[in-house]
Amino acid sequence: MTTKENIYESESLIVSDGCCVQYGEALAIDDVTFSITKGKKIAVVGPNGGGKSTLFKALAGLIPLSSGSLKIDGLDPLKAKGMISYIPQKDSLNWNFQLSVKQVVEMGLTDKSTLLSFNQKKNVEKINESLDQVGILDKSEENINNLSGGQQQRVLLAKALIQDSNILLLDEAFSAIDVGAQEDIMKIINGSDLKEKTILVATHDINNLEDKFDEVLCLNRHCCAFGDPLEVLTEEVIEEMYGSHENMFLDHKPGSHGS
Amino acid sequence: MISELLIDPFQYDFMIRALIAAIFCGVTLSTLGTFTINRNMGFMADAMAHATLPIIAVGVFFGFSISELGAPAAIVVAIFLGFIVKNTKIGEDTSIGIIFSTFFALGFILIKLLNVTINLEDLLFGQILAVNRTDIFIITALFLIVIGIIIIFFKQLLFYSFDPLGAEVKGLNTNFLNYLFLITLSLAVVSALQTVGIILVLSMLIIPAASAKLITNTFIDSIKVSIAFGIISSVAGLVISYHLDLPTGPSMSLVASTVFLLSYISSKPKIKKR
Repeated sequence: MTTKENIYESESLIVSDGCCVQYGEALAIDDVTFSITKGKKIAVVGPNGGGKSTLFKALAGLIPLSSGSLKIDGLDPLKAKGMISYIPQKDSLNWNFQLSVKQVVEMGLTDKSTLLSFNQKKNVEKINESLDQVGILDKSEENINNLSGGQQQRVLLAKALIQDSNILLLDEAFSAIDVGAQEDIMKIINGSDLKEKTILVATHDINNLEDKFDEVLCLNRHCCAFGDPLEVLTEEVIEEMYGSHENMFLDHKPGSHGS
Repeated sequence: MISELLIDPFQYDFMIRALIAAIFCGVTLSTLGTFTINRNMGFMADAMAHATLPIIAVGVFFGFSISELGAPAAIVVAIFLGFIVKNTKIGEDTSIGIIFSTFFALGFILIKLLNVTINLEDLLFGQILAVNRTDIFIITALFLIVIGIIIIFFKQLLFYSFDPLGAEVKGLNTNFLNYLFLITLSLAVVSALQTVGIILVLSMLIIPAASAKLITNTFIDSIKVSIAFGIISSVAGLVISYHLDLPTGPSMSLVASTVFLLSYISSKPKIKKR
């Protein structure tokens, strides 16, 4: 279990020390403390509105902290942007655009110095390499809207991988995709190619986390627990995160769903 | 016979000027239209056109022409609308609607109060046959600026339009890109005020782009086809209006609508995944 005393270990890549984020009057995350060492694969779990996306946005430098500190390799998130690849939730992307798979992946190579660039030749090799890593090289010319949910997620993963960042943040990577596609993505995440990468995945699936991730961060506005999934995912922690559903079944009969 | 129908109108200088204006406006609007429809910004573009009215009223009062006022009015309106929409507490559409109607009403009141001589019908529906050399110069300059910005910033604008959060994390200046696109869109809209007018500019902005989207599979192809449709609609509208003695702006709009109908009929149903 992470404590305030041991978060600043020498190998820590990401250190959150009492991190708070506020939207107006509402506290989205409160006093979240943890540290992550390089190369770890972390599941971030918790209920809707529990602060998973807020934490990711804070890590990506998209929103400021209201108090506490968040360091990425010793730097503030705004200064560490080059170290992070961020895959936002699918509904924050504009799917009206009829883009090819390679166009989307190429966005990972686009930065503020990308001007007047229509010649993709120098990027083709990198794009193909990245698509090959996620196993969809044969789809490079296809319209991303015509792919399955799992394949779309792989394209977004390829777009993140082409940036060659040390840290990958995948927000709700498994939403609306089937179990097989989830397994495929986990195989890529845990594959030898990404051994050195530190990867955080926000997910609602808390089953068998110990098989897929090194550590789990349990969030419900505050940090309920952080550590080895086998050790920290206790009944108490799950109840702290999701609340007890017991009362839903009180006096449960047809036409009456209890209080 | 057909060649006579096409060539005859252009024995007059005013028709050649109208042709140049029609082609440049057609390309400018149909290019910007592809981004506009995919970003659901049609209402914003319409508001930009209408919100220029008070600036035009005051400008004409001080002796400027509508073309001369276009670019400064576009920049002011784009920045103002962009700022309001970003900081709104009542929703984007509602804010745009309030600004749209307020500015349009203010424009009419100013025209009356300042006793400005403006042919309102020309301003609302366009009067391409009246474009002079200065207008052509300004329309050409706006065409070059708008297309130049799109070419230079194409990949950044596309990234920002598809994945704004990802673009920000990647270090793109998303605030700059947002205002750059709004100003470019606004410049494209005002460049066509003389051609199709405040009310019909929206049709030339979104209809060629929407038609193109129906029959293409990629965004790049949709830009190419949209430009072709923009030129066809503008030029065909101009020629038809000449032969049938019809108003030019509405003729261009109706040709664009016809192209849309044909595209709709010939398009294969797309499987929508979400």
